[in-house]
Amino acid sequence: MTGPLGHVATLLALLCAVAGAVVAFLGGRSGGERFVGTSRRVAYVMLAFVAAAFLTMEYALVTHDFSVKYVAQVGSRETPLFYTVISLWSALQGSILLWCLILAVYTALLARSMAKSGASGRDVAFSFGTLFIVNVFFLVLISFPANPFGTLNPAPANGPGPNPLLQNHAFMGIHPPLLYTGYVGMAVPFSLGFGSLLAGRLDPEWPRRIRKWTIVPWAFLTLGIVAGSWWSYEVLGWGGYWAWDPVENASFMPWLTATAFLHSVMVQERRGMLKMWTLTLIIATFLLTLLGTFLTRSGVLASVHAFTEGLIGPFFLGFLGLVLLSSLVLLAWRGEALRSTGSLDSALSRETAFLANNLLFAGFAFTVLLGTMFPLISEAVRGVKVSVGAPYFNQMSVPIALGLVFLVGVGPALPWRKGSPELLGKKFLWPGVAAAVAGVLLLLFGVNKPLVWLTIVMAVFAIGLLVGEVLGPAAIRRARGEGALRAIAGVALSNRRRYGGYIVHAGVLLIAVGVAVSSLYRREGEWTIKLHDAATMGPYAIQFDSLWAKSEPQRDAVIAGVTAFRKGSQVGRYYPRLNYYPTQREPIATPAVREGVREDLYLVLMAYDEKGQHATIKAIVSPLVGWIWYGGIVMGLGVIFALLPRRRRPLEDAAPAVTGGSREPVGVGD
Amino acid sequence: MAMSKRTTGTIFGAVVVLAVFAYLVWGGIGKNLVYFLTPSELLAKGTSAYGSNVRLGGMVDSGSVHWNADTRELRFRLKDETKSVEVISSGAPPQMFSEGIGCVVEGVFSADGVFHSHNLMVKHSNEYRAPRDGQKPAEYYRELFKQQGQ
Repeated sequence: MTGPLGHVATLLALLCAVAGAVVAFLGGRSGGERFVGTSRRVAYVMLAFVAAAFLTMEYALVTHDFSVKYVAQVGSRETPLFYTVISLWSALQGSILLWCLILAVYTALLARSMAKSGASGRDVAFSFGTLFIVNVFFLVLISFPANPFGTLNPAPANGPGPNPLLQNHAFMGIHPPLLYTGYVGMAVPFSLGFGSLLAGRLDPEWPRRIRKWTIVPWAFLTLGIVAGSWWSYEVLGWGGYWAWDPVENASFMPWLTATAFLHSVMVQERRGMLKMWTLTLIIATFLLTLLGTFLTRSGVLASVHAFTEGLIGPFFLGFLGLVLLSSLVLLAWRGEALRSTGSLDSALSRETAFLANNLLFAGFAFTVLLGTMFPLISEAVRGVKVSVGAPYFNQMSVPIALGLVFLVGVGPALPWRKGSPELLGKKFLWPGVAAAVAGVLLLLFGVNKPLVWLTIVMAVFAIGLLVGEVLGPAAIRRARGEGALRAIAGVALSNRRRYGGYIVHAGVLLIAVGVAVSSLYRREGEWTIKLHDAATMGPYAIQFDSLWAKSEPQRDAVIAGVTAFRKGSQVGRYYPRLNYYPTQREPIATPAVREGVREDLYLVLMAYDEKGQHATIKAIVSPLVGWIWYGGIVMGLGVIFALLPRRRRPLEDAAPAVTGGSREPVGVGD
Repeated sequence: MAMSKRTTGTIFGAVVVLAVFAYLVWGGIGKNLVYFLTPSELLAKGTSAYGSNVRLGGMVDSGSVHWNADTRELRFRLKDETKSVEVISSGAPPQMFSEGIGCVVEGVFSADGVFHSHNLMVKHSNEYRAPRDGQKPAEYYRELFKQQGQ
C-alpha cells in the first residue's frame, strides 16, 4: 500500500504546482494583488503533499517494505538504522525526492515572506509563477521517469543496502542535505530575477531582497562543498579532498557564479551599475545547478556520484535548454530597462575591486566549465575519449585564487566611488608591515615554496586590512570613552551585514592557507611492514602491531592495529581498515586519521597478508589540512552573524555607526 | 556619437584580458589532455604512441601478475578482446587488485613495448547492484577468521 500512497502524494503535489503557476501568472497579467494569498495557500498545500511523500518513503525504508521498488534498491535489513534513514538520498530517485522537498520548503518560505511584507505587483507574481514552474519540472520528474514509489510483486525478502561508499561515514547524513539545500535554493533568486525580467521592472528593493534569498542557499552550498571535501578526505582513502571530479566541479561552478553575484549585486544596490550582469550571473547560477544535476544524475559522466538512468537525461536537457533560451530572449528584450544609472568614478574604488572580483570569479567558473565539459564535447564531436587532467585545473586556478586572496582584504578596505592615496596609505601601512614581518619569518623558518610563501603573506596582509576595518571605527568609539571590547563589539554589531561578510572573508583566508600548505608540503610513504616492525617517515614512525578480522551485521572488516610515534614518543594507536560489503567484490578502505591543528597523520591499510604476518600501509602527512574545514565553519559563522535577526534596542544604541574613513549608512555595507 | 576615449580603453582592456585568458585556457587544456585508450587502440598507433601520457584501460590478464617485493614492482598484462600490453607499475597493488579485474593505468608507453604506469586504478562499478548468482565477494580474508578460531 505504501508505494501507491506515496505516488498519489507526488501527483497531488504536482497538481498544486501547476495550479500555483497558473494562479500566479494569471494574477500577474491582470496586475492583481489577490494572487499572493492564493499562491501562499497553494504553496503550503504543495509542501504538505511533498512532505507526505517524503515521510512515506522514510516509513517504507525504516519498516523494510521491500515491495516499494526504491527500498528494494537501497535498503537492507542489516543496514544500521541511521544509514537506513539517510539511504533515502543514496540513489537517483530518492535524491530527487529530497530535492522536491527542499524546493517546496523554499517555495513556502518565499510565499510566507512575501505575504508578510505585503509585497505584490507583477514582478512578484511572475517570480512566484517561475518558482512554481521549477517545482512542476521536478515533480514531473519524481512522478514519472524517476518515480521511486513503483511496486514490486512479489516483494523480495531483503535488499542490497545502500552503496557501500555511502554508508561508510556519518557525514553522508550531512553532506547531501547541506549541498542540496544550497543547490536547490538557487532556484529562488533565479525566479526573483526571471520574474522581474518578465515584468520588465526592477524594484529598487530588488537587490536587497534577492541578496537575502541568495545568501542563505549560498551559505549552505559553501558548507555542503566543505563537508563534501571532508567526507572524501575521511572516506575515500587517498588522502586528498578535491580531485576536480565532474561532480565536485558541478557543485563548485554555481558556487563561483553565486559568489560573483553576491558581490556584483552590492554594486547594483549602491551605485545602480551592473544590473544586466548581475541578472546574468544569477541566471547562470541556476543554469549551472541544472547542468550539474544533469551531468551527475544522467550518467553522461562516470563518477562516484553518477547514478545511471535512461530517461532523466533528455528531461533535464530539455528543461536546461528551455531555461537558457527563455533567459537569453528575456535579457535581450528587457535590456533597455537594465541600463546602468551610475558609472565608474575612479580606478581606486571599491567598485573596481568588485569588477576585478567578478572577472576572476566568472573566469574561474568558465575555466572549470570548459575542463568539465571538454571530455563530453571531444567524445561527441571527434569520437575520442579524453580526460582533462587535474594539472589543467590546478594551473588555471592557482593564479585566479591568488588574485582573489589579494582582493579579499583590499576590496573591503577601498572606499566607494573614489579613494584618496593618502587614506589608502594609512590603511595599508600596518597590514603591509605585518605582511613583511610574516614574509621574513617564513623565510627564517624555511618556507621556501614561493606559492606557499605568497599565499601566507597575502593572507596576513588581508587579515591586517580586515582587522583595521574594525579597529579604525573602534578607535573613534574608544575616544568617546567606551572600553576596548565594548567598542569593538559595538562596531561589529552596528553593521552586521558588513562585519559578517568580513568573518566570511577570514574563513576564505583560512581555506586558502590550508589548501596551499597542505598540497605543497604533503608527504607520503608506503611500506609493507612485517608484524611488530616499524617504518619511518620524517619525525614519524609507524609500527604494525596486529591484524584481525571482524564481523559486523552489514559487513566484514579487516583491521590493522598500528601505533604511531612522533619524535620517539607514542602519539596514539590507530585502526585503518578494509571493509568488505557482501554486495561488492572489492573492499573499501577506511583510513584512520590523527587530526591536528598543525598537521594530520593519515593512515590507510592498502593490503595485507592472509596470515597476518605483514601489511602494506600508506601514511600521508598533510600540514594545515584541517584549516580548510575550520575555514568552512568560520564562513558559516560569518553568515549566521550577518543574518541573525536584529534585536530591538534603545534609541541611543541604534545611533548611526561611525565607520572609519569611509562614511557608510547603517545596514548598507558588504 | 564617437566613443569616448574611456570606453575605447575599457573595451581594449577587456579584449586583452579575454585574449590572454583564452590563450591560457587553450594552452592549459591542450597540454593536460589525457587520452583514454584500449590496448588495441594503443598498439594501432604504432610508434606515435611512444612517450605521451595516456590512460590505458582493460582487463588484467589471468596468470600474468608478478609482484616483486624487493624492487616493489608490479608487472602484468592488460588486455582487451584482441590485444594485450605489458604494464609495469611501481608500488604494491591495492588490495582489490586481482586477475580478471577491470583496471585503468595512467602512464607512458615506451619504445621497449612496455607501459610504465605511475597511477593504477582498479575500476569498480559505481552503479550499485545486488550480486548475481554465483558472483561472490572476495573471500581471502576468511583465512584471518579461521586463525582467530571463528
